[in-house]
Amino acid sequence: MMTETQQQARRAYRRRALVRTAGFYLLLAFVLAPFMFVFLYMVATSFKSPLDINSGSFTLWFTPTLDNYRDVLLGTDFLAFTVNSLVVAGCSTLIALVIGLPAAFAIARYKMPRLGAVILSSRITPGIAFLIPWFIIFSQVGWIDTYQALILSHLLVNLPLVTYLMVSFFEDFPEELLDSAAVDGASAVGTFVKVVLPVTRGGIASAAILGFVFSWNNFLFSVVIAGRDTRTLPVAVFEFMSYGSINWGAICAAATVMTLPVIVLALLVQRHIVEGLAGGSLKG
Amino acid sequence: MNDVIDRHVKSVFATPAVAFVVLMMIFPIAYTLYLSLHDWYGSTTSPPTFVGVDNYVRIFSNDPRFWDALGRTLLFTGLAVSIQTVLGVAIAVLLHRQFAGRGLVRSLMLLPMIATPVAVALVWRLLFQPELGLLNDMLMAVGLSPSAWVADSSIALFCLVLVDVWEWTSLITLVTLSGLVALPTEPMEAAVVDGASAWQRFWLITLPMVRPVIVIAVVFRLIEALKTFDPIIVITQGGPGFATETLNIYIYNTAFQYQQLGYASALLLVFFAIVFTLAAVTLSFRRGKASS
Repeated sequence: MMTETQQQARRAYRRRALVRTAGFYLLLAFVLAPFMFVFLYMVATSFKSPLDINSGSFTLWFTPTLDNYRDVLLGTDFLAFTVNSLVVAGCSTLIALVIGLPAAFAIARYKMPRLGAVILSSRITPGIAFLIPWFIIFSQVGWIDTYQALILSHLLVNLPLVTYLMVSFFEDFPEELLDSAAVDGASAVGTFVKVVLPVTRGGIASAAILGFVFSWNNFLFSVVIAGRDTRTLPVAVFEFMSYGSINWGAICAAATVMTLPVIVLALLVQRHIVEGLAGGSLKG
Repeated sequence: MNDVIDRHVKSVFATPAVAFVVLMMIFPIAYTLYLSLHDWYGSTTSPPTFVGVDNYVRIFSNDPRFWDALGRTLLFTGLAVSIQTVLGVAIAVLLHRQFAGRGLVRSLMLLPMIATPVAVALVWRLLFQPELGLLNDMLMAVGLSPSAWVADSSIALFCLVLVDVWEWTSLITLVTLSGLVALPTEPMEAAVVDGASAWQRFWLITLPMVRPVIVIAVVFRLIEALKTFDPIIVITQGGPGFATETLNIYIYNTAFQYQQLGYASALLLVFFAIVFTLAAVTLSFRRGKASS
């Protein structure tokens, strides 16, 4: 039997807990709102007519239109820019895997920390340090505005990323599997291809996705090395601004289309993103 | 015999990467070093002329634009990274508990840093528009007078700090959060038993224990912030005037607008030395604090 006062105390306690939870979520919403409203604003503006954009006050109550998307997708070479981005990001990621996976294995298994440190140092070096010499060399061999030059330059972004993400996967690789393959007489290369790679395919997929995203997002290398025919999406959308008066609706539509695949891909591998962004130095 | 095979295998695995490093990283930096001792305007008809250390002398004695850019770079980086660190750690502490929607919140926090930087910078440029942008709407809604934002040279750099804080605070948050999750619980339980207040527990136990993780995130942010490129080029191009021209932008302009490739190379090496020194100094904090 509970007395009247006990019941009252209990109810008061519950009320306090409820208030505290509500307060927490309110605070959370207050913290998250500034981070999210930029995306909301981007998407909302992409569906607005020029009249609504120029009306001078932001509202979420407007008649949505697909005009901006039509202008961007059909009125520009958006498809060609997308193909450029896909080719550069896809090829550079593939090459980064071919070079980076064995290198990561060597660093993890054969203890080659100096190779790891040198590859990682590209994250400290300002990108322009590579760009000036490469711009000169690419100019001299006539490679400016070619896929091969863009792919090579994007490798500077991809390869370190793939390598240091994979080093941690290979370090965690069970020793027994390697030993039993050796007992069966498999060569080191054969073991790597037939045993190590299949077992770590989850990690490889994450590294590949992150490499692709970083290349897709890259602006600095592309803006210098790309030309009329090989402009990637960030360069092309940036250049939309230089055509006379700025069509903000179209720019927001382009920004939305460009960002959407990155967000979808990145959420697939979110466990590894922070590690990828923070230079792989957060292990252990 | 095994030894020979091992050494052989090692080089089979590492050779492509070593070749890449030599070709794409070491050679370009050596070339930059060479160019920094020359005057060259990228012309094929007149080769680089050797000028010794003249470019370096010019940087340190006769280039006010370099010093202004350096000052802005340090101000931008210092402000952005310190605000990010304080905000980021505070948000991590807020999120470090069990609640419904925790996974969703973490995913949302990732968005600012993975969205294509050029795309979000374009949206920020619209937000800063005096006539069309949302920011002036908000100012006027609370009765303040509208601002020119990035068109006002006295506040343009701070607007870019705001963009950087928006984009990168979550990195500090998520890194700190991973550090908080990995903490042992015993010291905390002991402190509760000893009657330490929540505030004391945070400052005396939690913070010192996660500090190494936070320092790594800060070093990483520091390096990246010094090199900030995309938002500055997209939002202000270094303007109005030179109000937001940081070192990276100045070097970019020197190399690719003015074609002063020799001088740009010298600037680059000085910039690299600054980035490297600041990163090393900050990292030494970690060791110092860890041993005390």
